[in-house]
Amino acid sequence: MRAARLMQLAADTLTCIRGGRTVFAGLTFSVSSGEALTVIGRNGAGKSSLLRVIAGLVHLAAGSLSLTGGESEASVAEQAHYLGHQDALKGSLSVRENLAFWIDFLGGARGSLEDALAAVDLAPLAGLPAGYLSAGQRRRLSIARLVAVQRPLWLLDEPTSALDVQSQDRLAGLMRAHLKGGGMIIAATHGPIGLDAPRELQLGPTGVAQ
Amino acid sequence: MTPFTALVLRDMRLAVRVGGGALMGALFFLIVVTMMPFAVGPDLKLLARIGPAILWLGALLATLLALDRLFATDHEDGSLDLLMMGRMPLELAIAGKGVAHWLTTGLPLVMISPVLGLMLNVELKAMGVVALTLIVGTPALTFIGLIGAALSVALRRGGLLLAVLVLPLTIPVLIFGVSAANAGIVGPEPFGPPFTILCALSLMSLVVGPFAAAAALRFGLE
Repeated sequence: MRAARLMQLAADTLTCIRGGRTVFAGLTFSVSSGEALTVIGRNGAGKSSLLRVIAGLVHLAAGSLSLTGGESEASVAEQAHYLGHQDALKGSLSVRENLAFWIDFLGGARGSLEDALAAVDLAPLAGLPAGYLSAGQRRRLSIARLVAVQRPLWLLDEPTSALDVQSQDRLAGLMRAHLKGGGMIIAATHGPIGLDAPRELQLGPTGVAQ
Repeated sequence: MTPFTALVLRDMRLAVRVGGGALMGALFFLIVVTMMPFAVGPDLKLLARIGPAILWLGALLATLLALDRLFATDHEDGSLDLLMMGRMPLELAIAGKGVAHWLTTGLPLVMISPVLGLMLNVELKAMGVVALTLIVGTPALTFIGLIGAALSVALRRGGLLLAVLVLPLTIPVLIFGVSAANAGIVGPEPFGPPFTILCALSLMSLVVGPFAAAAALRFGLE
């Protein structure tokens, strides 16, 4: 997956309707290996909906999504990491158990566990139940999942929320490394996330791509 | 470790940790069955006659107890999104959660039922028959319950709705479970027919439950 194979995610006239309201319509964009796309827009413009559509969690009302150059058998969602608002952690499991579960479930190698914990600076807390973590630490543990299991496409929803400056820098470093290895990133954000000149996709207040 | 075993082990671990529901079902079962002789009175013959039915009803209610949080917790903390995105089909993931639920809720019920049978004046030999029907029948309760749990996943007080949705569907299991137990204990009907139908119901729910629950989850989370 880290080979220099060129991958491209192409979205063609995407339309998303949630609760009877058209969130966005006619959205066309593409992201290729090594590229990052930041999705910006006001609250309710459909940034999170777009990421959930790509992740296959929200039904696509019209348009098409395709990922070329990846595994032909797997769907877009199966080749993507989704970092949503929630951290997908269980408070009664330890930091290590939480990460180990997601590595096993997502089909990663157990060997990457300690490295991933170290990459987000959580190694000293590995034995602590996740319920005792702060919001920023939970976020970092969630990010460790992206590092531990290789997926070409990262879908990040406000990835820097709750992170301190140091952790934001660390995340930026991880994202740069991911892009360098031929990965793709689509991030919904309100501010800079530490990438140099990512492409921007502006979602309009009416929900139409501008 | 395969994704399936990872999920089963995680859910079992969660169930036995603080805040998990593993022991709650067994305790609830214990208290329901304990209350029954007080309500019915000290008529040993009557208790022995309705004992299997009480054990079955108690097991049914205890199974429901931990079901309503089965998908709701995963939904609230975002895990469900990732389970749906995984390479393992959602149906299989749901079956895994069902297996973990049965191992932590259904199996303990089966194991303590012979002890509780003593309180209901059910003979030891008869208890073996009741336990046999329970071990075959409780998976059906779990897997039918999965459908209700999936339907009520996004509701705040889903537990009540779950009971209303699921209990009617479990009536056949209850009927054949209790009639197999009674046939095995007192007769005169043969034990075979109701027991094999109970087995069939269980096997059917093992297949239908995960598929229906997956459809409900996909539809409900849009």
